[in-house]
Amino acid sequence: MAGKTLFDKVWDSHVVEQIENGPSVLYIDRHLIHEVTSPVAFAGLEKRGLKVFRPQLTIATVDHNVPTMDQHLPIRDMLSKSQVDKLTENCNRHGITLFGLNHPYQGIVHVIGPELGLTLPGMTIVCGDSHTATHGAFGSVAFGIGTSEIEMVLASQCIMQPKPKRMRITVDGILKKGVTAKDIILYIISKISASGGTGYFIEYAGSAIRSLSMEARMTICNMSIECGSRGGLIAPDDITFNYIKGREHAPKGKDWDKAIEYWKKLRSDDDATFDLELKFDAADIEPMITYGTNPGMGIKITEKIPDGSSLTESEKPSFFKSLQYMDLQPGTPMLGRKIDYVFVGSCTNGRIEDLREFTRFIKGRKKADHVTAWIVPGSKQVEKQAQNEGLVKILEEAGFKLRQPGCSACLAMNDDKVPQGKYAVSTTNRNFEGRQGPGARTFLASPITAAAAAITGKITDPRELL
Amino acid sequence: MAIEKFITITSTCVPLSIENVDTDQIIPARYLKATSREGFGDNLFRDWRYDNNNNPKPDFVLNNPLYKGKILVAGKNFGSGSSREHAAWAIYDYGFRVVVSSFFADIFKNNALNIGLLPVQVSERFLARLFDIINKNAGTEVKVDLENQLITIVPTGESEKFEINNYKKTCLLKGYDDIDYLISLNQKIINFEQNR
Ligand code: SF4
Repeated sequence: MAGKTLFDKVWDSHVVEQIENGPSVLYIDRHLIHEVTSPVAFAGLEKRGLKVFRPQLTIATVDHNVPTMDQHLPIRDMLSKSQVDKLTENCNRHGITLFGLNHPYQGIVHVIGPELGLTLPGMTIVCGDSHTATHGAFGSVAFGIGTSEIEMVLASQCIMQPKPKRMRITVDGILKKGVTAKDIILYIISKISASGGTGYFIEYAGSAIRSLSMEARMTICNMSIECGSRGGLIAPDDITFNYIKGREHAPKGKDWDKAIEYWKKLRSDDDATFDLELKFDAADIEPMITYGTNPGMGIKITEKIPDGSSLTESEKPSFFKSLQYMDLQPGTPMLGRKIDYVFVGSCTNGRIEDLREFTRFIKGRKKADHVTAWIVPGSKQVEKQAQNEGLVKILEEAGFKLRQPGCSACLAMNDDKVPQGKYAVSTTNRNFEGRQGPGARTFLASPITAAAAAITGKITDPRELL
Repeated sequence: MAIEKFITITSTCVPLSIENVDTDQIIPARYLKATSREGFGDNLFRDWRYDNNNNPKPDFVLNNPLYKGKILVAGKNFGSGSSREHAAWAIYDYGFRVVVSSFFADIFKNNALNIGLLPVQVSERFLARLFDIINKNAGTEVKVDLENQLITIVPTGESEKFEINNYKKTCLLKGYDDIDYLISLNQKIINFEQNR
């Protein structure tokens, strides 16, 4: 019998029933919910007169819609408040643990799961948010679902899901100085396009991936969805186990030993086959930046914006429409372009390691006067850690301020919006039209590329300042 | 909440010949603040449809009185981005029952099927032909026959088969939804929990 991939091992062990020519009924170990995509699911449940089937397996937080300043005050936006209130009410009624505003564990759903040891290898994890793929960094099968599916999980702890195909992306070699996990994933997406992963679940492998910290692995898995794939995962190893050990919800004592024994088996067998295999060389990757309105429109920061001549006729209208929205000329360089905003945060780069890197970079320097910078921790715990480690002080000395945890300017749903026509270097995951505010223009990049831009006020190769 | 049964639909189409239409375009996040499912159609393609003063932009296809109907025809890679089911709700609530494209994002496709909106994936060639004919004659009718998995350009008779898994097809034809099915598996799920 041929070997199994890591993805198959985890998926297959959660199939309750396989429908012929149809989806699998998949058992879900961990369900994360937030205020935006859950209210209609709870309403549906109640309409059917059902209770939550396994309330202890669902964890709730508030992130998308919350302000990132003055969180101790009542939320001013009445619609945002009503979603947060609704979530509180639903959690109370159904006995679901909620990390609400001002709770020491509140934060972006994909930051708090790993941080609390709720995310463990071999689990199936879902959330009504496409960046659930983040949790795949631990060797779990994690993916985003819609509201109907949230209702399914609440009602039965299962969802109906067609099984994706398997892809393996191997990145071997040693990363150059100034090249981060964010650059790896932006590079991959620029190579395979924003839809190149559709229909697949990706396993990331290779020496360059293995060498990364858990935080960096999460950044990579987080953006799996940006090439269209359902999710991405990485086989757990000692780096994974060391990260998990001792966290609040991590197994303890004998349970820990048992867990480790199982987790060590969670890797693709040597003779496992994938539907698609791609290989990249770490040495080819440089600091990346996007210029367009989908995450596949990325280039090395030193490169020029493509002129579109290599595109097909059907691709051209979208390409030029995108440049028009960005008000950028084909064939021109990105370096030196003036920017207005810098946003560091989100479930892609809002973890403590990201803040450390950003802070190390700006230490002893000053923010450019014309730049508005939002530095937003991914969670309360990250915020606290940043204070304890003295990062907040360094930020303040350089002219930055640490805000409070939430999705913030990642999606322009709360108060933090980039104004019309302004350029933002952002450590988030999406540069869609209007994603950071109506008419806002987003350049996706790593935390250190964002730091370089914040200091110089223009797009700058971070290696020049290292 | 069962879904509406999908019977064969014959309708004129609304052509949106843009590729990579993402969920933030279909419905921007700032319109996701509701706690019920109604009314999202008003904000479908909000930022393409209205200017900053909430006046309709005349060059956007939804504001063109020539084009109406229950079928949205869109460029390649439709629905990429967020898992927000609101995107599918907005399209459905606006009055569409079918979206035709040469490629759909996975989550969007699942979400659409779960609420009774049929994603019909056609070849690039058929899609190009469809745009061509609709652009020449806005009154062109297209027939989507789910039972036979066939999409037909009525006046010319050109047609193409489309894929859908059997389970979802049955659900749509009969108006079943997954939750009823999952509830019926209750004992099996409990057994699974005990035996793992
Ligand atoms: S930070 Fe952005 S991408 Fe992440 S969960 Fe929040 S809105 Fe979604």
